[in-house]
Amino acid sequence: MDFLILLDFLIPATGAGKAILAAVLLGAGSGLLGSFVVLRRMALMGDAISHAVLPGVVAGLIYSPERSPVFIFLCAATAGVLGAGLVRAMMATTRLKSDTALGIVLAFFFAFGIMWQSRNQESTAGVMNFLFGNIGAINADDLRMMIIATVCLCTVVFILKRPLLVVSFDEGFSRGLGYPVRILNAVFYFLLTFSVVVALQAVGVVLVSAMLVTPAAAAYLLTDRFGKMLLLSMAFGVFSGVVGGVVSANINGMPTGPVITLAATAVFAATYFLAPQHGVLAKLFRKVRRRRRVHRENTLKAIYQIQEAGGFSYDHVSLIELARKRRHTEDHARKECAELLRHGFVELSSDGHAVSLTTPGWKRAMEMVRNHRLWELYLTNEANYADDHVHEDAEKIEHILGVNTVRQLEQDLDFPELDPHGKPIPQPQLIVPPIA
Amino acid sequence: MAIALETHDLTVTYHKRPVLYGIDVTVPEGSLVGIVGPNGAGKSTLIKSIMGVVPSSGGWVKVFGTPLKENLHRVGYVPQRESVDWDFPVTVMDVALMGTYGRLGLFRRPGKKEKLQAQEALEKVGMLPYANRQIGNLSGGQQQRVFLARALAQDSDLYLMDEPFAGVDAATEAAIIELLKEMRERGKTVLVVHHDLQSASEYFDKLLLLNMRLVAFGDVKEVFTPELLQKTYGGRLTILSEVADHAAKF
Repeated sequence: MDFLILLDFLIPATGAGKAILAAVLLGAGSGLLGSFVVLRRMALMGDAISHAVLPGVVAGLIYSPERSPVFIFLCAATAGVLGAGLVRAMMATTRLKSDTALGIVLAFFFAFGIMWQSRNQESTAGVMNFLFGNIGAINADDLRMMIIATVCLCTVVFILKRPLLVVSFDEGFSRGLGYPVRILNAVFYFLLTFSVVVALQAVGVVLVSAMLVTPAAAAYLLTDRFGKMLLLSMAFGVFSGVVGGVVSANINGMPTGPVITLAATAVFAATYFLAPQHGVLAKLFRKVRRRRRVHRENTLKAIYQIQEAGGFSYDHVSLIELARKRRHTEDHARKECAELLRHGFVELSSDGHAVSLTTPGWKRAMEMVRNHRLWELYLTNEANYADDHVHEDAEKIEHILGVNTVRQLEQDLDFPELDPHGKPIPQPQLIVPPIA
Repeated sequence: MAIALETHDLTVTYHKRPVLYGIDVTVPEGSLVGIVGPNGAGKSTLIKSIMGVVPSSGGWVKVFGTPLKENLHRVGYVPQRESVDWDFPVTVMDVALMGTYGRLGLFRRPGKKEKLQAQEALEKVGMLPYANRQIGNLSGGQQQRVFLARALAQDSDLYLMDEPFAGVDAATEAAIIELLKEMRERGKTVLVVHHDLQSASEYFDKLLLLNMRLVAFGDVKEVFTPELLQKTYGGRLTILSEVADHAAKF
């Protein structure tokens, strides 16, 4: 393979340099393909292909005593594609679903590979590197092969990015577009196998599927754009690869595959908690904020209702009255009012035992009461609910009705003045507090 | 009148069990056709087999006088909304743009012209303000509108739509039927799988009554009769489905 020597200017002289280059290549390749794997819900397929390549690796080691990387690569890729094809064939000819077919093929290929290796222990020395990964064992020949495979892979994905996206998103529709769906799927399986084989020597058969899933999953939680997801996934792949490579090269007893996998999982864990839109903490934060807003609005509503019951003739509501209405202690009512005070909805009386609504407070309180009563009216008039069945529902809906929905409701109900229980529906747009 | 779609003896089997039997249908250009029938009648299967998404085991399909493959660019397919993953990281605009991909082939990128077409299509279904939203943040009705925009961007002459009214709000339903009628005025042919018999007679010019085989096809006033509807919906097991059971065991 003389032309491969042309690539030598790319290949670092030191062992550490080689390890880092290998990590970059495998991270980019599997990050890229992994995005498709995650979106197509094919994580198990990645696992099956990675296990299915083992007999190919064993064959490569046995029949190529000089350890030609090209030969081993081709054997491994053939075995992987064979495994994927077998899965498809089993699904097409029986009623077995993909997960079962994958389970059978994965176990069979792996068992067969181990068996074959055990009977040829001498010629397959070093197979452990392929099982658990050893980035230090990657030499210049292997690197050349990895460069070529990764460049091919990225080029094909770049050229076919759009068709591959459409086929992944909506296969039926893409047939209607005239796309050669079977060919595109076959190309995808080849690329997937390539990315598995590229990562094989560094990460190992057992864990290579983690590189297909974990970085892409982290990217998926971070963005809602496909292009960004591809880039982020590649970046995470490269990052975990380099971290794993450097750590395992410098510290004894740190096998590369597991360290890379742990690094990828750390990235995933960070996005799992911290992602701004889909992260767990962001969701929790939004939930807490929503709950506090609902709480505030309910307190405002209670103050309004006390005022209403008194014919709007007092400008203050005492904390004791509020506590009785909300069925809490006075202490609790004080805390609720402190919260309202922070948001500028109420003012505290000079003795600290009563509150009065500010203009924004009146507005918000009236909006809540209006929403509640409008919704009750809508349910009884338009949806034929009995008027004693509508309160609970309105308690929830009042907090989420938007401006447009309210306008629509008012129109549909012909700008009503009274709710089903005969109480007036406030009009916060005429923001004159009803206090005399 | 020119013929938009013709099927002859179209038959589909699923695991050896026939689900559609010898469908012969000739749809003239410019008609708005509702495909109705009970659950399991093969309504979706019919349009999927016309599109070649489900392989047919017999018969043929012609579109504008030639086999489908030669006229595929003149056919737009709108799958069921549930058939895709709405968490997919694409925007409303991305999906509408997919409608133009058929003309571009595998390798060409969409340019200014395609983007304008997608924009126009979104405008038509009232989804342009949402162009940059991820598709998961939409209501069911809005998602269906996006699918329709994608079909409009395809600018086909024959449309096959699978349950576009399923799970949409009343406003969207009215907007869709308005759109379908407008498409018919422009000479397009539209076949729509529809599950509501009540509205079917109002919405469409022609009805295709289906229950594993073609019960009737024709103008609404000819086929929307108690006898034909009884034949489509009534009777638990027809002889056909019994034979189908035997065939599956064979």
